[in-house]
Amino acid sequence: MRAEAKLGLILLLTPLLLWLSLLILIPHVDMFLVSLRERVGVNEYRISLANYLTFINEPLYLRTFVRTAVMSTIATIITLLIAFPVSYYIAKIARGRVQSALFLLCLVPFWVSELVRTFGWMILLRETGLISNLLQYTGLADGPVEMLYNDAAIMVGLVYTSMLFMVVPLVTTLESLPDEVVEAGYDLGGSWFSILREIIIPHAAPGIVSGSIVVFMLSLGNYLTPTMLGGKDSLWFTELIYSQFIVRFNWELGAAFGFLLLGLSSAIVWGMLKLTGQTLEKTMG
Amino acid sequence: MRHPRTICLSSITISVAMIAAPVSAETLRLLTWGGYAPEDVVAKFEAETGHTVEVTKSNNEEMIAKLRATAGGGFDLAQPSQDRIAGPQEEFGIYKPIDLSKIDATLFIPSMLAATQENTTVGGEVYGVPHVWGTSGLVLDTSMAGMVQDYADLCGEDVAGKVSYRLKRPTLIGFAFSMGLDPFTAYGDEAAYTEIMEQVEAKLIDCKPNVKTYWGGGDELMGLVRSGEVVASMAWDTGGWKLNADNPNITFVAPASGALGWVDTFVLPAKGRADDAAYDWINFVMRPEIAAMITAAAGNFTASQGADEFADDALKARYQASFPPEAIDNIKWYPPVPAGLEAIEGGVLDRVKAAN
Repeated sequence: MRAEAKLGLILLLTPLLLWLSLLILIPHVDMFLVSLRERVGVNEYRISLANYLTFINEPLYLRTFVRTAVMSTIATIITLLIAFPVSYYIAKIARGRVQSALFLLCLVPFWVSELVRTFGWMILLRETGLISNLLQYTGLADGPVEMLYNDAAIMVGLVYTSMLFMVVPLVTTLESLPDEVVEAGYDLGGSWFSILREIIIPHAAPGIVSGSIVVFMLSLGNYLTPTMLGGKDSLWFTELIYSQFIVRFNWELGAAFGFLLLGLSSAIVWGMLKLTGQTLEKTMG
Repeated sequence: MRHPRTICLSSITISVAMIAAPVSAETLRLLTWGGYAPEDVVAKFEAETGHTVEVTKSNNEEMIAKLRATAGGGFDLAQPSQDRIAGPQEEFGIYKPIDLSKIDATLFIPSMLAATQENTTVGGEVYGVPHVWGTSGLVLDTSMAGMVQDYADLCGEDVAGKVSYRLKRPTLIGFAFSMGLDPFTAYGDEAAYTEIMEQVEAKLIDCKPNVKTYWGGGDELMGLVRSGEVVASMAWDTGGWKLNADNPNITFVAPASGALGWVDTFVLPAKGRADDAAYDWINFVMRPEIAAMITAAAGNFTASQGADEFADDALKARYQASFPPEAIDNIKWYPPVPAGLEAIEGGVLDRVKAAN
């Protein structure tokens, strides 16, 4: 019996292990080795930390990373602030078909590709776009208004792109909150604010944390939205990695950047978990 | 006992014959630019030779990056520009030499064939033959930005906020020329080249407030110019001519310091598996009447001898309007880029992009 169970376990684990080792572990090890190479001449390489030192010594790269991280954090907070009331309404107030319909509405934009969604925003925001024309038509603006190619446009795109990934975990956790608990809170004389603070948010904490982690990582690793909506000031860390690999043929530096992104973003998530007193086990379990 | 072996042998013979048979009809995996392999040309080629063509559209950097990732595999024929062959070949060894005896040299304009061969020779072997050529310069709405004569004029007051260019190496080179510098002679000298690039960097950072956005793809630029959001930009000649067909005010202008001339070539990736089909394709598309079909699709002229006769008159008229004879003599052709220059340019481009 035990041997059979063991065999079953091995068979069940094999696809997962193959997936992990072939598609994640081996490419990462290879990439790490590339990041340790320094080009000294045509087809001459030596092992060194030069690529990592470039990141530290060139203020531009460090600044770009900080900018990316800060903007991703802001995007995460805005997404949370917008998604929380929406999720609460879907989970607690809406009933039956309205509930499913609202949930579906959050889902529908994700049936088209990210490229199309971003393009939609470009059509709305550009100088000759819908909003600009509407403002001129209603007399609120004298001339064409350019709303594209700035940080606010990037932020709009990021929040829109990641909304679903915040709503889903929040709805799931909020649905598991019994209505009686909220009612008991009111019976005991709590105001809506104290109930939100003492009952709803603590209960939803795992959903908030897991949603925030996903949104933060998606924003940090986003390439399309910052590049298309940000225009000339779009500099984003993933764009740096792309250009090192594709435009500059500098795989070594690109690989080092990739690892720095992995390490630094993990550190930020870990730091945030510590700061909020949450653990990954609690969130995922 | 011998019987089964005979069967075995004969079945091997049959299977060998079956493998050998399709050699005359191969699948050609072509890595090229948009417009260089129009559907009607592909259909004609497939009907005539029996080969199948799979087209992947790309650009210079992506072509090299793709071939580098597979050490020259995955494609049977690629079309990088002639200045991007010698450097990557020395560094990554992603191409294989061209067997010139399999190419019909009479189909090519002789001077262009010779120049490309010279620029793509590494270790005594020729790696490229020319296909499509063109220039990059200025695309202007002449009713709004007639005062722009050169790249540096894009930084002028009159066009503030209505300018666009790419943040790529042609922009660096173009600005260097319009500032009176000569980046091409400094190609071999890293220190001198760095110094030129530093001056260009300062200029581009100064110029940044003038720029609406840095365009990434041809379609993006078309949209910007067509909507009037951009009135002056740095772009390819064919983009300007296409826009000219819709709006006669917009056209391609060769800058005073000289348009930058490029030649896209044919190269064989190192691990290409269908060389015969590749040679067939080259000899097919260089026929004057086929080359004219490609000119019609891509908007650029080819290195095919005699294809001009078949070209569209409207396109010829636009070409002549943009290029008076002295502008043709003034075209700056890209010399081969030595390995390693991209790193210097990359730093400059990153810093310009990050500047506020």
